[in-house]
Amino acid sequence: MAETLIDVNEVSKVYHRGNMEIPVLEELILSVDEGDFLALMGPSGSGKTTLLNLIGGLDQPSHGSITIGDEHIDQLSQGQLANWRSRNVGFVFQFYNLLPVLTAQKNVELPLLLTNLSTAERKKRAQAALAVVGLEDRSNHRPSELSGGQEQRVAIARAIVSDPALLVCDEPTGDLDRATADEILELLQVLNKEYGKTIVMVTHDPKAAEFANRSLHLDKGRLASAEAA
Amino acid sequence: MNSINQIIAITLMNLRNIPMRIGASLVIVVGIAGVVAVLVAILSMASGFEATLKSSGSPDRVIVLRGGSSSEMSSSLSREHSNLITSKPGVKNSDTGPLAARETYVIADLRKRANNSEANMPMRGVDARSFDIRDEFKIVAGRNIDFGRFELIAGIKAADQFQGIDLGKELTIRGASWTVVGLFETDSSIYESEVWVDNVVLRQNLKRSTGSSSLFVKLEAAQDYDMFEQALADDPQLETNIIRETTYYSEQSTSTTALITNFGYGVGIIMAIGAIFAALNTMYSAVSTRSVEIATLRALGFGSTPVVISVMVEALTLALIGGLLGASIAYGLFNGYTASTWGGTFSQVSFDFAVTPELLTRGIVWSCMLGMVGGLFPAITAARQPITTALRGM
Repeated sequence: MAETLIDVNEVSKVYHRGNMEIPVLEELILSVDEGDFLALMGPSGSGKTTLLNLIGGLDQPSHGSITIGDEHIDQLSQGQLANWRSRNVGFVFQFYNLLPVLTAQKNVELPLLLTNLSTAERKKRAQAALAVVGLEDRSNHRPSELSGGQEQRVAIARAIVSDPALLVCDEPTGDLDRATADEILELLQVLNKEYGKTIVMVTHDPKAAEFANRSLHLDKGRLASAEAA
Repeated sequence: MNSINQIIAITLMNLRNIPMRIGASLVIVVGIAGVVAVLVAILSMASGFEATLKSSGSPDRVIVLRGGSSSEMSSSLSREHSNLITSKPGVKNSDTGPLAARETYVIADLRKRANNSEANMPMRGVDARSFDIRDEFKIVAGRNIDFGRFELIAGIKAADQFQGIDLGKELTIRGASWTVVGLFETDSSIYESEVWVDNVVLRQNLKRSTGSSSLFVKLEAAQDYDMFEQALADDPQLETNIIRETTYYSEQSTSTTALITNFGYGVGIIMAIGAIFAALNTMYSAVSTRSVEIATLRALGFGSTPVVISVMVEALTLALIGGLLGASIAYGLFNGYTASTWGGTFSQVSFDFAVTPELLTRGIVWSCMLGMVGGLFPAITAARQPITTALRGM
């Protein structure tokens, strides 16, 4: 039986705008096992991206606790959280967020700059990650020389290059056509099934959610329903 | 190691981004270049003026003035008193007598070559000893004056500044016509801003019977000054004010140098404030256009400190380029440029702008300070912005 990797325990998140309090998540409880592929769905403003950001350690809850593996990430300082993210989480964004001045190879190497690996080892690992996403022959291309699908593949290579246990994907196919989106989702499935990555993916697209093991629906900051793929 | 890698990575990324924002980046470079060029140019004026006056004179030469006078303009010494003074201990003697020269200092109106405006040109009546006591004196064109004639020799800077000071030409000064017979140098000292004529002829022309302005005395040695001063003080027939020649000119430079320096810093500070706003604007814009990139790096685990440092390095790099450009412009345009201004005796002193290594360094340090100030706040903004907000490009 798989162990729990993500434990979200009665988490609330409130944003402040002036004197106004805007609750986004309310006492949310969620558990994700190692090796799971979870799709978070819901209408705009339901809190799914906020939940993803909390799980990825990009933000911290107003109340409640979040444990990833053995780490209580809600108790970490900003510096500790940055360090934790670099070792444990790979991020895939809707608009890829590649650095335009760097080649695919250099973009993929970025997370490895936070390690003590040698230049040669960084290069070797980046090439291996690009091979996993099928872009080893595009390593010297800049983002502007790649298609949207290829850019997202480079972003996925960047997410896996430091071999994190968890991938958090925020609308990874939101900017792609159907065929390309399916290719990306198949790639995420490969990473989940063959490489054992735990994936939490936010999506609006029911078809994209079908690639996940299960889907959770959020509405107004609360979990509304769950369904297995 | 990690932090250094992070700083290098983000800095290189920022610097590689500059060509994409070349227009905005040039605002910093040009703004700071302007500040540095103007600051260095004005300060080089002060340093050149100060250097000219401070290099004037020799420590073993003494100017003797009438008691109560602080400058040659307001002084008068009779021949009898002059003879008495030259008999005192400490005065250097040659085979032909004491090395002391009676000189008369007046100013004359001449038009400047540069703008045709009238300016006060210093005119010095000299005697034969004047050349003996000034080892640095050298005729560089024409010949020296023949005493007893209306002849004139001009310092090279005076010749450069004033109309009509051309070899062989007649120059009308104070109602008399003087022939320009030679040009001289005195190791870049203030005397190069003067014209020299026969003291006796000058005084006759001026109908001046009160005596010469001053007595220039060469001492046996610089350290004989105190002895000489005491000897004059002990003589009840004499009421004199004596001052070492180097001190005399150095003191004349103080107020003008301070005025120019303060003016330089005043203008520099006003321009610097403008340049800081330009730098702030550019760096805020640079940070804003890359907020998603910076947030992405932070999401990947890059720390806030490397982000701050890298933005600062970018601002400093642009500022340094501006500083070097400004310093080069100041050096290229102004180093050695000859100008003139009022000296301590209401007459024109010509001097060369001196863009010294120290001034260039000062200008570049200023540019770095402007870059620091211009980069600091945008850098802190970049590092403090919540990652989740910045990732949405807000």
